[in-house]
Amino acid sequence: MLVTLFVIVTFTFFLMHLLPGTPFNNPEKLSDKQLKILNAKYGLDEPVALQYIRYLGNLIHGDLGMSFQYQGRTVDSMIIDRIGPSAIIGLQAMVFGSIIGLLLGVISALRHNTLLDYGSVTLAVLGMSIPSFVFAALLQYFIGVKLGWLPPALWESYRYTLLPSFALSVSVIATVSRFIRTEMLEVLGHDYIITARAKGLSESNVISKHVLRNALIPVVTMLGPLAVGIMTGTLVIEKIFAVPGLGEQFTLSILVNDYSVIMGITIFYSALFIFVVFVVDILYGILDPRINFKRGAEI
Amino acid sequence: MNLEINNNKALQINNNEPLEIQDIPTEITDDLFVAAPIDINKQDEIASPPVTFWREAIGRLLKNKGSIISIILLVFMIFLALVGPQISGHTYRQQNIVHTNLPPKISGLEWLGFDGKDVHGIDQYKKRNIKENYWFGTDEFGRDLWTRVWKGTQISLFIALVAALLDLFIGVLYGGISAFYGGKVDNVMQRIIEILVGIPNLIVIILFILILEPGITSIILAMIVTGWVSMARVVRGQILQLKGQEFVLASRTLGASNRRLIGKHLLPNVMGPIIVTLMFTIPTAIFFEAFLSFIGLGLQAPLASLGVLIEDGYKGMRFFTYKLIFPAVVISAIMISFNLLGDGLRDALDPKMRK
Repeated sequence: MLVTLFVIVTFTFFLMHLLPGTPFNNPEKLSDKQLKILNAKYGLDEPVALQYIRYLGNLIHGDLGMSFQYQGRTVDSMIIDRIGPSAIIGLQAMVFGSIIGLLLGVISALRHNTLLDYGSVTLAVLGMSIPSFVFAALLQYFIGVKLGWLPPALWESYRYTLLPSFALSVSVIATVSRFIRTEMLEVLGHDYIITARAKGLSESNVISKHVLRNALIPVVTMLGPLAVGIMTGTLVIEKIFAVPGLGEQFTLSILVNDYSVIMGITIFYSALFIFVVFVVDILYGILDPRINFKRGAEI
Repeated sequence: MNLEINNNKALQINNNEPLEIQDIPTEITDDLFVAAPIDINKQDEIASPPVTFWREAIGRLLKNKGSIISIILLVFMIFLALVGPQISGHTYRQQNIVHTNLPPKISGLEWLGFDGKDVHGIDQYKKRNIKENYWFGTDEFGRDLWTRVWKGTQISLFIALVAALLDLFIGVLYGGISAFYGGKVDNVMQRIIEILVGIPNLIVIILFILILEPGITSIILAMIVTGWVSMARVVRGQILQLKGQEFVLASRTLGASNRRLIGKHLLPNVMGPIIVTLMFTIPTAIFFEAFLSFIGLGLQAPLASLGVLIEDGYKGMRFFTYKLIFPAVVISAIMISFNLLGDGLRDALDPKMRK
């Protein structure tokens, strides 16, 4: 885990130093002396190896450096300012998507090979295939602009979080419903379901106690990739809906060559990603006692 | 002769069986078994023509409605992507300042919305006295969107295909070597993969695009940096499973070289999962290309790709909705077709996995 993070940090650091251009606006207008002062201020006049070691040292304290574009702002403070909106729409998309996906999946498994089933499978294929930003743009146009039900962009009150969350949740709905459907169909074919029915359990009891519980375990493994999908999805969704979140800052910094911010957010995203995968692994072990981590999780 | 007598005896036993239960012998001896009658005429008859694995798979694939529709749709799209840019008489980069922002118009299809009217219901063709029809309309530089959409499809498909094939090549090589040689080699190679998997691939792609100049080659390169990993994992898993099976051992005992083992015995058996993975890599690559273009890191104008067109269309969405709709529909249709075809192929090539 830490090795992966270290590799990522090293990788991004040296990549950033290979980037063409300077991080300052209008470098051609700056005199040599001014450039020297600026370089000294941000520590860019030192050898790369030294900069690297200092960056690593600061990183251990959680210090990601200063922004080149915004005077006197640290990358840390920018991430903290920006993480709120991203977290809100990300979590809403996750919760909303999982619930709707679960419902759709259960319905289509229980009504296997009926119109309902085909309908929700079609929805799932559409949701998985249509790129999130295309869907978001259409959503913004039809619901936000044409019908005017919800504000199409900006970030002022809770109502403003709904459209971006919904746009993000589409892929979650699709993935979860598909997965639940196949898992439930498989569990329904097992002998212990016949046993449960034979001993006289009511159908709702069979479904909730035996089918769903067993079908849900593998779904937990999907949460990691889904969370990552949402994190990358925020990059464009925030741009489309003008949400002042981390993803929007990231795309903005890329366009203006703000190295330290790009680097900081990359490392932050990767750390979050690694953390999520780790948590999902642990959750999986707790939920499914058959998995024994001492003997190795992969078989 | 002996055969026939036995046959009769067997029939008798069969007839008596339900009546006299004590007739059932307590001990099963050899003479109770009789050979089935041999019909010499039927010796050469084969119930059905011999079916190879691939023929059977194609048969299963063609029974799947979803895959049929997606194959037809894909063939149609690829055909239009190749031919479309040539038939309207405009090139994708030819600007015409007089014909800017024209809505789509196709004579005969007015009732479908291709009537040349803008958001205010004014027929722009009549107003500006333009004789020519632009099927998908024009953009803000007067470029023909029909040509641009299909040219963009062509470029997007090309990028996706090349990226997917390179992924396939690297992935199969890496996964194959890792699984086949095993031991320390496998260990080291798997640690490298573990680290690569830990990095969110979109971020790697963005970082690579930043250092390379934006363009078709750099997008492809950036996508294969991490793209091959899933293919390598699939191939490794499959070969690890196959490696221990008897037919490989038999071939090795007969003195087959490693090269022959891999080429003749292992790879053909992994073909199914490889094709399925490839089918899912292509839409992912199309998505990443469009994504990059959308956040401004993709191809530069006047080159068109579906992502570039969607971004342009998105900017003018409010008043020129058609600019967004056409590329959005095309990219969605392509993605849906590839996903459906991938599903169909997975079911067809691995009937055990069918759910």
